[in-house]
Amino acid sequence: MATNSGIGASVLRKEDARFITGTGRYTDDINLAGQVYCVFVRSPHARAIIKSVDISDAERADGVLAVFTGEDLRSDGIGDLPCGWLVKSKDGTDMVAPSHPAIATKFVNYVGDIYAMVVADSIEAAKNGAELVEADFEILKPVVDVATATTADQIHENVPNNQCYDWELGDSGATETAFANAAHVTSLDIVNNRLIPNAIEPRAALGSYDAASGNYTLYTTSQNPHLERLILAAFVNVAPEAKLHVISPDVGGGFGSKIFVYAEETAVIWATAKVGRPIKWTAERIESFQADAHGRDHVTHAELALSETGEFLGLQVRTIANMGAYLSTFASSVPTYLYGTLLSGQYKTPAIHVEVQSVFTNTAPVDAYRGAGRPEATYVVERLVETAARELGTDPAELRRKNFIQTSDFPYETPVALTYDTGDYEASLDRALSLADYSGFAQRRAASEAKGKRRGIGFSCYIEACGLAPSQVALSLGAGVGLFESAEVRVDVTGSVTVMTGTHSHGQGHETTFAQVVADKLGIPFENVTVVHGDTSKSDYGLGTYGSRSLVVGGSAIATATDKVITKAKKIAAHMLNSTAEQVSFEDGMFKIPDSNESLSFGEVAFSAYVPGNFPIDELEPGLSEKAFYDPANFTYPAGTHICEVEVDPDTGTTKVVSFVAVDDFGNVINPMIVEGQVHGGITQGIGQALLEHGVYDADGQLLTGSYMDYTMPRAEDVPEFIVDTTVTPCTHNPLGAKGCGEAGAIGATAAVMNAITDALSVKDIPMPATAETVWRATTGE
Amino acid sequence: MYSFNYHYVRSTEEASTLFSSCESAAYLSGGMTLIPTLKQRLDYPTDVIDLRGIDALEGIDNENGFVRVGSRTCHAGVANNAPINALAELAGGIGDFQVRNCGTIGGSIANNDPAADYPAALLGLGATVHTNDRTISADDFFVDLFETSLELGEIVTAVSFPTPQRAAYMKFPNPASRYAIVGVFVAELQSGVRVAVTGAGSCAFRATAFEEALQSDFQPDAIAGIAVDHSAFNSDIHASQEFRGHLVTEMAKRAVAKIS
Amino acid sequence: MVDITITVNGAEHSLSVPDNTLLSDLLRDTLQLTGTHIGCDTSQCGSCTVELNGRAVKSCTLLAAQANDSSVTTIEGIGTPDDLHPMQAAFRENHALQCGFCTPGMIMTAISMINEASETLTADEIRAGLEGNYCRCTGYQNIVNAVLAAQTQLRSA
Repeated sequence: MATNSGIGASVLRKEDARFITGTGRYTDDINLAGQVYCVFVRSPHARAIIKSVDISDAERADGVLAVFTGEDLRSDGIGDLPCGWLVKSKDGTDMVAPSHPAIATKFVNYVGDIYAMVVADSIEAAKNGAELVEADFEILKPVVDVATATTADQIHENVPNNQCYDWELGDSGATETAFANAAHVTSLDIVNNRLIPNAIEPRAALGSYDAASGNYTLYTTSQNPHLERLILAAFVNVAPEAKLHVISPDVGGGFGSKIFVYAEETAVIWATAKVGRPIKWTAERIESFQADAHGRDHVTHAELALSETGEFLGLQVRTIANMGAYLSTFASSVPTYLYGTLLSGQYKTPAIHVEVQSVFTNTAPVDAYRGAGRPEATYVVERLVETAARELGTDPAELRRKNFIQTSDFPYETPVALTYDTGDYEASLDRALSLADYSGFAQRRAASEAKGKRRGIGFSCYIEACGLAPSQVALSLGAGVGLFESAEVRVDVTGSVTVMTGTHSHGQGHETTFAQVVADKLGIPFENVTVVHGDTSKSDYGLGTYGSRSLVVGGSAIATATDKVITKAKKIAAHMLNSTAEQVSFEDGMFKIPDSNESLSFGEVAFSAYVPGNFPIDELEPGLSEKAFYDPANFTYPAGTHICEVEVDPDTGTTKVVSFVAVDDFGNVINPMIVEGQVHGGITQGIGQALLEHGVYDADGQLLTGSYMDYTMPRAEDVPEFIVDTTVTPCTHNPLGAKGCGEAGAIGATAAVMNAITDALSVKDIPMPATAETVWRATTGE
Repeated sequence: MYSFNYHYVRSTEEASTLFSSCESAAYLSGGMTLIPTLKQRLDYPTDVIDLRGIDALEGIDNENGFVRVGSRTCHAGVANNAPINALAELAGGIGDFQVRNCGTIGGSIANNDPAADYPAALLGLGATVHTNDRTISADDFFVDLFETSLELGEIVTAVSFPTPQRAAYMKFPNPASRYAIVGVFVAELQSGVRVAVTGAGSCAFRATAFEEALQSDFQPDAIAGIAVDHSAFNSDIHASQEFRGHLVTEMAKRAVAKIS
Repeated sequence: MVDITITVNGAEHSLSVPDNTLLSDLLRDTLQLTGTHIGCDTSQCGSCTVELNGRAVKSCTLLAAQANDSSVTTIEGIGTPDDLHPMQAAFRENHALQCGFCTPGMIMTAISMINEASETLTADEIRAGLEGNYCRCTGYQNIVNAVLAAQTQLRSA
């Protein structure tokens, strides 16, 4: 339906009305009668044996209601926090996961690891109590450096060499042969810097317990409340699933960091029954820095084999990935199935072999952060390709073009286990070259040089796999849960519609986009569709929002359920029009039959479904509400070209991003305004990684970037006005033809920025972030 | 925050009397440093004495070639109203828009953060600090890391800046905090050239080698070859001693270039 | 405890609060104006920005007592869904928000910035003026566009 609110229209967002008037409801905005507060007592040491914890003084402090240690949880049957993806090493053995108690019992293993919890009638009273918790630590030498972790002291009793797994993918023999036949080999040693996600809303949890029913209610900042509920029930043993109600209200950004089931909400929901009062915890920013799962943190050696004429022959990648102190909820999958599988990029590289060693260190756990594995893969591939072009004296755009998978090659099976369904990589590249005025670059570079500046241009032709995931594929690779999505399309008596989804919106605008899909399909006003999410009592079990899956999986479930509604409505309409369902057509919200002027509106049919006087009651149940569980047939493969231009001041090392062009193929787009916004935000995080952001621990395992005084967040001044555009090859295997857009910016941008800086400086590589000092040292030839 | 008693006072006399009667008091001016410190429980005064009710500490006056800035004047006030351009620009680069509406010059210099901007202006212009008790020359005021020559309970009431013939401040901000990694204030006054550096050392200091070179030749090139001794400079994840040393010369050159 | 009289969004309140109460706590907890958000401990993120006597300040870094005898305007006080402030409307129309958490502080800063500027601000000046407000979602571009659009309207009004 071509309207100004249907599929493809930049409809203004429904959710904005509450956010711009200050009436959004985030977890910390919610207060329950009788509510008390808790604070967590966190380790100041990166690694220590807990010899004893004395809580007696804390328990007696004014206002303190209870103090709990790890033993209290353990003795009450509370289990460890699990990792939901079992990865196998190349020798076939299972990964090794250390015990991860919500509150540490024997060891603390990173600065911020919790060893006690204080509940009090005010936050200040809880903090006073926390200061009175006396722990006797035997401090041990921490393992901080990821590159040498396997030869350092063993952190966990059951994890030799601090190694979680040693994984591989691809054909090592074929790759060796490719390198043996290569005319040129480009190699790079690169570090993908540790990032700290920093959603602006800190994590929070508010738990309550109703003793009469035994029901628990948990409000928390989660991207996936059903998964939170499942894990707390089935693995952590807080309560049976049916007794646990998880609500994820308005959530202020996630970027992956709010996927995971953390210690804090686990302890809060458990303790609420012990104390008999609702308990609230809201992270202070320092806790976000210390104890939100961090992102990235890879050390990689990579080599690309090329022929005489510049064809890619083979790619060999060896990566050490930092898991931090424990395995977070999906940590094991990030540097493997979300990383190694993407190393083919947009290219017809015939042989690829990747080895990934994941190791433990005495740092905060590392897990998915916007892009999750795919930015790291893109960084490897696109830095290598750009470097190869420079070494061969070839135009980097043309070297890429020469090696692109062609439109005629789809479906294309890569050497690293994926089958790309569709794409047109040259279309994105050509559009980006035009928008970036590539041909004018030499002139701009000369103008910069005339001012004493250095200018560089960098490309990134990224691909990502989104829409996690075909359940059986994921399960066969070690996933612990299916990865379909649920939807219910509930038609109201008057023909308005309520949509329940298992995804969760924390900035993505689902309340708008999903309403557009349903309104468009049903031919009803956009205003008449309400989307409900984030409450386990309202929607069916679903997997939440991450990995750019919400539209392509959740939206597909909604589209499927909507189609079921239409199918049933046609049967009702056929009865009302004295025809057959096969004869009834449905268009623009009207049911019609051939050769007749008679028609029925969607609302009339809905009314008949609930007031079934004129209704085929013998053949159909009354009502008009349908559910769907959509399991994707394949991943989706958004791809595109990002081109970045930077200007470097060699005297201070300051780098300014002066131009950034992103041309992305997200398949069909429902709301271009929202999609552009997602791209802007993603690019900014990508630029942040390249230029500003770095989670730094010192040799003692102390977090040096524990506040905004030291962790550099991108500000408005740090980014340029982006030029973004899209090309479209619709996804071939989902009902919307959509591919997902949430992570592309963060996946593509970083490599483009670093390629531009290394171009400006005429150096092979510099570490991220390219701080002023790093760049200045490069200009001085160090 | 720990508990404390809040006091609102109307005069410096009331403030200092109260201060001496308290077990451990802290003066509150703009609060941009004190309140985050209290929130993180890094300090625990029994009493907090709010100086913002003392109207005599407010305002900017031009008197006898000196610009007198009341200690309660916020950074935005100085940025908008100070008749010395370099001083106004310096104030307009402190913190951010909201912080400049609260933070005060008196609070800043009394705190003497090694990366604060104002100490460079005071030293660079050869200012005089007025307290409720005496006057202190800027050269004697900044002693060391977070240490000034203020006595316990003494209150900064104003700062008098001589009007320079020309002056400029160039800052290389910390990308995260926006404090100065290095800030250099260069001024030519009737008394001669003064160059003050903040951010690099344990507290702001004068760069005498630059002063001497610029005294005879006020050109960026005059100091381009002067390497500052960075062996005692600050070093952190944002800048090493060596880089700070480089930036001192570079910022000084840029400040000179701006006004030569 | 300290007694204060404070006018918030036009309504006068006489309250007795603990001496160490922050203005942001007073707004969120005592007055239940939860549109003012807390995103950091070090006065940088700007989510807590409100107007105090007409000037943008970070309410997490002021004692409630410091706001005695003052007038405070929060996001709840500038407009309603049916009667939006031009800045609120511009944020919606320009898709200048995603998760919405930084938005109240961003809007309060932007209004104050435009009000205090003697001349029309450029996009670059607006970017510089937003240095005390972090947004992790939008990449700022649409925020800048919204402020530019609202500025046009506010200056012609």
